[in-house]
Amino acid sequence: MSYQMECYDVAVIGAGHAGVEAALAAARLGAKTVIFTLSLDAIANMPCNPSIGGTAKGHLVREIDALGGEMGKAADATFLQSRMLNRGKGPAVHSLRVQSDRRKYHHYMKTALEQQENLRIKQDEIVDFTLDETGRVTQLITKLGAVYGVKAAIVCSGTYQRGMIHVGEVSYSSGPDASLPSIGLTDRMKEKGITIRRFKTGTPSRVHRRSIDFSKLERQDGDDPITPFSFTTKGELRNQVSCYIAYTNEETHQVIRDNLHRSPLYSGRIEGIGPRYCPSIEDKVVRFADKNRHQLFVEPMGDDTEEMYLQGMSSSLPEDVQLAFLRTIKGFEQIEVMRNAYAIEYDCCDPQDLLPTLEFKKVKGLYGAGQFNGTSGYEEAAAQGLIAGINAALAVQGKESFVLDRASSYIGTLIDDIVVKGCSDPYRMMTSRSEYRLILRQDNADKRLTPLGYQLGLISEKRYQQFLQKVEAIDQEIERLKKTTISPSEQLNELLVSRETSPMTTGQRETELIRRPQLSYDDLAPFDPDRPELSREIREQVEIEIKYEGYIKKQLSQVEEMRKMESKLLPETLNYEEISGLRLEAIEKLKKVKPLNIGQASRISGVSPADISVLLIWLEQERQGKKTESGEEKA
Amino acid sequence: MASNTIAAIATPAAMGGVSMIRVSGPEAFSIAEKVFHPFQGKVLEQMKGYTAAYGGFYEGKDQIDDGVALVYHAPKSYTGEDVVELTCHGGILITRKILRLLLDQGARMAQAGEFSKRAFLNGKMNLTQAESIMDLIASQNEQALKSARAQMNGALFSKINGVKETLLEVAAHLAAWVDFPEEDIEEVEQEHLLQSLSGALKDARELLSTFDTGKILREGIETTIVGKPNVGKSTLMNLLAGCEKSIVTDIAGTTRDVIEESVNLGNVVLRLADTAGIRQTDDKVEQYGVELALKRMKTAGLVLAVFDYSVELSEEDEKILEAVKEEKMPAIAVINKTDLQGKLDEDKLKQYFQNIVYISANNTDSIKLLSDQIQEVLGFAHIDPSAAMLANERQRLCAQQAERALQESVDALQMGMTLDAVTVSVESAIEALLELTGERVTDTVVDQVFHQFCVGK
Repeated sequence: MSYQMECYDVAVIGAGHAGVEAALAAARLGAKTVIFTLSLDAIANMPCNPSIGGTAKGHLVREIDALGGEMGKAADATFLQSRMLNRGKGPAVHSLRVQSDRRKYHHYMKTALEQQENLRIKQDEIVDFTLDETGRVTQLITKLGAVYGVKAAIVCSGTYQRGMIHVGEVSYSSGPDASLPSIGLTDRMKEKGITIRRFKTGTPSRVHRRSIDFSKLERQDGDDPITPFSFTTKGELRNQVSCYIAYTNEETHQVIRDNLHRSPLYSGRIEGIGPRYCPSIEDKVVRFADKNRHQLFVEPMGDDTEEMYLQGMSSSLPEDVQLAFLRTIKGFEQIEVMRNAYAIEYDCCDPQDLLPTLEFKKVKGLYGAGQFNGTSGYEEAAAQGLIAGINAALAVQGKESFVLDRASSYIGTLIDDIVVKGCSDPYRMMTSRSEYRLILRQDNADKRLTPLGYQLGLISEKRYQQFLQKVEAIDQEIERLKKTTISPSEQLNELLVSRETSPMTTGQRETELIRRPQLSYDDLAPFDPDRPELSREIREQVEIEIKYEGYIKKQLSQVEEMRKMESKLLPETLNYEEISGLRLEAIEKLKKVKPLNIGQASRISGVSPADISVLLIWLEQERQGKKTESGEEKA
Repeated sequence: MASNTIAAIATPAAMGGVSMIRVSGPEAFSIAEKVFHPFQGKVLEQMKGYTAAYGGFYEGKDQIDDGVALVYHAPKSYTGEDVVELTCHGGILITRKILRLLLDQGARMAQAGEFSKRAFLNGKMNLTQAESIMDLIASQNEQALKSARAQMNGALFSKINGVKETLLEVAAHLAAWVDFPEEDIEEVEQEHLLQSLSGALKDARELLSTFDTGKILREGIETTIVGKPNVGKSTLMNLLAGCEKSIVTDIAGTTRDVIEESVNLGNVVLRLADTAGIRQTDDKVEQYGVELALKRMKTAGLVLAVFDYSVELSEEDEKILEAVKEEKMPAIAVINKTDLQGKLDEDKLKQYFQNIVYISANNTDSIKLLSDQIQEVLGFAHIDPSAAMLANERQRLCAQQAERALQESVDALQMGMTLDAVTVSVESAIEALLELTGERVTDTVVDQVFHQFCVGK
């Protein structure tokens, strides 16, 4: 029995990290939005590590915030410990990471959804959908038989679709964190021509705090002062907890090796492809056999729980083996496991089926975001959710789509990577994936993206004005420094010599001095009496922009090159089979991905430089052909 | 676009020997068959790849020559298309006649570099290989051939690869170190990093320094002969005329004009195009003014300054000496009339020239002596012609970009810049090397490469 329910502009399927951002963005852009979740108690759950950020992921969170997303604010409001990773390795790779209180984070996001105008929240499972005669999605159907009319739908189903948990020899159908799996939707998608694949991921055990001998572990404290994720977070932030580092040893590895035959991975029961970047402990032991120890982090799950998360120890070995190898670790001799480690297999799509707006090429109005798209990580999910939510709302409103290119952001890089190159294992963001990383820093995410967020309508007028003031203050100070000359003095030369840089004999522009790697902007304060009082944030920007000016300029010129290739458009209807000279493999790949331009085409694996030459020649011929045609018409 | 069949003479149009005409494209077999009839009734299209048939070339019913057809089936051919290579015995006239017949039957005259362009577009070779092939075809002397063959076998390719591997390793370590700060990844040692990058920089520089040598090997060296009137330039010309060789064909529309004034001396091609040619009469050569020659010296790659052994240095001779000193180009003093009484101030000449050759009209060793000195002064005596060498402007530009990026990375490291900045330079260098071998394409590469394929086909 089915029955008609109300109609929406945008429906979001799943309320994890992708779904939450998608729903908030669509609703904030004025689309009448509904978000479906299997359980209201699992909104923005962290079924794996209780943390937000990390290398490159921290960049994503800052970018989400700069565009008007929610993740950064939620992370700031609910963190337990904050650290800036990679300090000393250069500003481009500084990455923020926090330990989060997972229950508080969930609660924050649930409240954010509840209080959002234009947004309804519904606990239900979507199992089917219908298309109209043009192939556009028009209805979603729930497990109970309710039919919702929709103009756009975004699938953010994480690891729930046909979820299958593996612990040693035991496998059972389940969602993550002992939730129900979702069954049926991906089968219906397959019927409509969407490729569905199997990926797997895993999570380590949670253990009781009292069973750990912390005196045998290394302590790791948070930063002081703390840099927040959100550009809007003001006021003092404080660390609440410490994390700890422990190490596996030869004995641990022996237990694992002795029991490999009981692992579903090695016995071949898991078909799904796991992330290269987040291997299970048994994977690490097998693949890096020469390493005599592996590091693991002990992280609190929240400030009102005794549960501790063991980062680095994900496993799908049987429960008794897990317990045995954990107890070989120094400090874990008496360990009490509260939740077992497990591997989970799930259905996901092939992101090469998606446009850069994250809409499916084959089903109009249907979008995908997050782990369902083959990525891994909360931050990667949230970034896609935001972009899918924005585009679904824009499309419904008949507005132009919103695509970020590789030079604009890590978000743009991520989406370009997955939709153009695809992914053969769960995709994780890394700084080395960005060729423009000196300009895509976490510290300037607002400068890169806040104007765009404002144009979209996701950034308030007040926040935008504050942003403009900040940019002006930075520019003014840089201008002032360019004109300021610092005279040599005994005191200054003492400083220079102590920093192992050459002393001065004549006056020098202050910018020249700041450019010396050994000196900071703040170092020169005593020698620059006219300096205005500026916030740490602004001082940091001034210093980076001066110090890295040459590199930044160079990257900007590379960006221009890239955008040129990106502007050579390939017609959507292009029949690659008719272009002679293309190799068979290239034709197959080009047909599948349907790149929008030469830039994208050149990034598809299996498309060789020679194929790109052929495409360039073909485009040139087309262009000249058109010229002659129009010339003949005139004549 | 590649759907028409092209044909061209693939061997240089020198006198004698055999000539080969290549036909490539979808109609290669049917067109060839109309001109070439196998004697044993074979059908070209049905022959296995890489097999040959003996037969006759026919104009209508008249047999004009006999020869061999070698058959290749797509994609297993040089161009990746169906190819017939027709070898005939005739000299230039017959060869051209056969080509004309093929064109009459529907083949199109191949444009310069078109065979290789098709090979490249069909994925049969990478850019370095493509360029080397062009050199192979263009090169007429032994040493250039060796060098070109070495590139085909990958001397250049493997040299670049070596540098690339080092850099990729460095870049990968830097990336892992940054992206997985919480894993047990070995610290990046500044000292080790500097060592790797400096090594790569040195290799890139070495590669760059080969460019001039490679170019001379391939294209010959522009040579100017100077000397006052009646000094004996004609003697030198007559000696050189014995080594004369036309190096490029003159089939209309396919290659550049005949360069008659090229001479092949030992392993080096001397291009005398800009001087009074060796075909000019003795009188004219001798009247060829010192003033004009001095001007031309400025752009020459090699100067042969002729002096008269039997007289003292004149004012004009002094001018030449000054010019040689000023321009600092490779120069050789050629002293003529050594059979006469010597009045020349040889000690003074030695102050200006490191290389001096004595010639006389009746000394048959003169050429050998001259050749040795030219090798010496150009620094060819010690080069290994099969070493990796950059062959053209495009390759040089890429190598230079790589060198600059590496220099930047080394500078940044020594200055104490953070490693994120160093990493970006390392990656630019990798990018430039990938472009050099054609593993990555930018907009202009293809145009640039094929633009330069005007030396042969």
